[in-house]
Amino acid sequence: MNAVINLQDDRSERRTAPEGLRPETGSMSMIQALNSAMDVMLEKDPNVVIFGEDVGYFGGVFRCTEGLQQKHGEDRVFDTPIAEGGIVATAIGMGVNGLRPVVEIQFADYIYPAFDQIASELARLRYRSAGQFWSPVTIRTPCGGGIRGGQTHSQTPEALFAHVCGLKTVMPSNPYDAKGLLISAIEDDDPVIFFEPKRLYNGPFDGDPDKPAVSWDNHEKGQVPVGHYRVALGKAETVRAGNDLTILAYGTMVHVALAAAAREGIDAEVIDVRTLAPLDIDTLCESVCRTGRCVIVHEATRHCGYGAELSAQVQEHCFWNLEAPIERVTGWDTPYPHAQEWAYFPGQARVAKALRRTLDA
Amino acid sequence: MASRLHIPTAPYRPGEQPDFSTIKLPKAGELARPDELVAANECSELPFNLLRVLDDNHQATGPWDPQLPAAVLLDGLRYMLLTRLYDERMLRMQRQGKMSFYLKCTGEEAVSVAQCMAVNDGDMLFPTYRQQGLLITRGYPLLDMMCQCLSNAGDKLQGRQLPVMYSSDVHKFFSISGNLGTQFSQAVGWAMAAEYRKTNDIAVAWVGEGTSAEADFHYALTFSSVYRAPVILNVVNNQWAISTHQNVAGGDQNPFAARGIGYGIPGLRVDGNDFLATYAATRWAAQRARTGGGPTLIELYTYRAAPHSTSDDPAKYRPTDEWEHWPLGDPVERLKQHLVALDEWSETDHERMREELEDTVSTIWKEAVSLGTLNEGPHPPDAAMFEHVYKEMPSHLVEQRRQLEGRDERSN
Repeated sequence: MNAVINLQDDRSERRTAPEGLRPETGSMSMIQALNSAMDVMLEKDPNVVIFGEDVGYFGGVFRCTEGLQQKHGEDRVFDTPIAEGGIVATAIGMGVNGLRPVVEIQFADYIYPAFDQIASELARLRYRSAGQFWSPVTIRTPCGGGIRGGQTHSQTPEALFAHVCGLKTVMPSNPYDAKGLLISAIEDDDPVIFFEPKRLYNGPFDGDPDKPAVSWDNHEKGQVPVGHYRVALGKAETVRAGNDLTILAYGTMVHVALAAAAREGIDAEVIDVRTLAPLDIDTLCESVCRTGRCVIVHEATRHCGYGAELSAQVQEHCFWNLEAPIERVTGWDTPYPHAQEWAYFPGQARVAKALRRTLDA
Repeated sequence: MASRLHIPTAPYRPGEQPDFSTIKLPKAGELARPDELVAANECSELPFNLLRVLDDNHQATGPWDPQLPAAVLLDGLRYMLLTRLYDERMLRMQRQGKMSFYLKCTGEEAVSVAQCMAVNDGDMLFPTYRQQGLLITRGYPLLDMMCQCLSNAGDKLQGRQLPVMYSSDVHKFFSISGNLGTQFSQAVGWAMAAEYRKTNDIAVAWVGEGTSAEADFHYALTFSSVYRAPVILNVVNNQWAISTHQNVAGGDQNPFAARGIGYGIPGLRVDGNDFLATYAATRWAAQRARTGGGPTLIELYTYRAAPHSTSDDPAKYRPTDEWEHWPLGDPVERLKQHLVALDEWSETDHERMREELEDTVSTIWKEAVSLGTLNEGPHPPDAAMFEHVYKEMPSHLVEQRRQLEGRDERSN
């Protein structure tokens, strides 16, 4: 038993489009890209089911599942009671019985009631049963600040999950990656925690709250194939090549880092980590060993934050090539404040200062 | 000044004389048996009662009598006795230092054996660590159970789990967590998937009464009720959660089976030491689940005659002879007496079966220890710890395995 029924061989989709025929693409926000990923997977695999608070009829508080229930049916996309632990627990049981559940935790800030089910159960089921039982659950959850959400709607708790062996932890920074990574996550036979930076849902954000919001329409990564494609888990992406120093970032901070480097006129190499666990250390270290300087940027608090792991690993692998201390720019070690949001948020000015320090060291 | 809080306690403490005459025991056979698809509100008296089939003269009586053939009853007796003898042997071996830990289910054998026999082989079991009788009833090899307890080279779980945290996908026995209650709500998900996939399988889950306070208990009741999942949710009320009496879980307020009413789930409160009543209640719930009626909450009223585990000393918190005063007796003895009363069994038969099963356990034990013990090995290889963390081993684990094996200059 415990066979996951794959009615279609998904590997057949790996074929590349014939030359001259580019897959059909469209302009999508991150919300639309995520919606498209789930739509594609519901279509492709009858074992995919989607559930969570408000995700059914209404389509989710951020609209990520809009229209999916109407299109795929109430038994495949449905609302749940307000019980995050119950949502994850039932997903685990469904996964053991052959389904491929994709659940939404409405805000990452609400994920803690499910932590026992995620960290003690979902992450370790394959291990503790020596491979007899496993559950390919994907947990989607909007994270991050910049939306005036205060301390219960702004957290990025990725470090808590990246610390748990047996989980894969992902955070995209744009619509193209969001769709491709989510499809990979759903198809993956290991559990994946999929963090969606909600400030990026409707457009890129460079950390300046005073600028008018922009959409994804004119962004290269806002052009998204309408069909099935994957962005591999466990692979970082160099989003800007450069020689002066290396910036390691993910989620919203990728855009802030790019803007900060541009503002300072620094030829930075910017790497979007994308998958925090398992980490693509080779891509990161190849860059840092070349530039000799490294600045790590994340939104979450600093102490034991994911940057600490990045810093440790970069030091282990690149020590003899380093020309300057590794810097971290992060949220302060306080709960996420409301009125003081822009003093807390590691914006361009703070990132720029760290870049300058690292370059001058 | 006395606190106005109600701080529940156990009825008897060490040195006191247990007297359970206050426990109201309805007569066997008295309780009506409603249709399996009855609404929870229409059978709301059931959880406040106690379902019993075996009467004081060891006869089966009333509408809940499952009328099982003697051969089936003898199977049940055999599985229960084997479970008990297996437990006794494993305890002795733990005391001799062959394994790090053990946990018996003495006095509760009817729960796992009767319930297992009342459901189908395709039904998925989500047990706690005190339902070893399920594996024995489903024919899981005793050798594999012993090797798991010994964490030796024959351990199918590769030495990953504390003794008794068994797992068998083939026998549809879910991997035991050790974190209490988590499997209760997972079972509901499994049952929802069974319905989604249009199979006729149901899920059966157990928790102890102490764990009914955990959120997972309430997730399970809520989700199973909301989606009408085909699942049997069992609360084994064995009176004790380590040293904490069931009163501290709220058992002195209302029976645990009555927790179902608020969720629209029928509750059955069953004499868990009565093999026939336990079988009949489970059968009823299984039929309900299989015909679209959704979940049933069953409270198995019993007594944990064993210590919580080998790490526990019950003499510190309850009278050592409390079990002997337990008014619902010993499930093995009661089924035996029933078979004797039916003229299907005798004391001699019973002794013969005991000797045969003891021999079986002894023989298999010798084979198990020949594959190693925790202290002396051989164990599963150390490097096996890196497997099954993920489906495919990521590079950092390959690297760490190399470090463990001393093949990396940076090992420490």
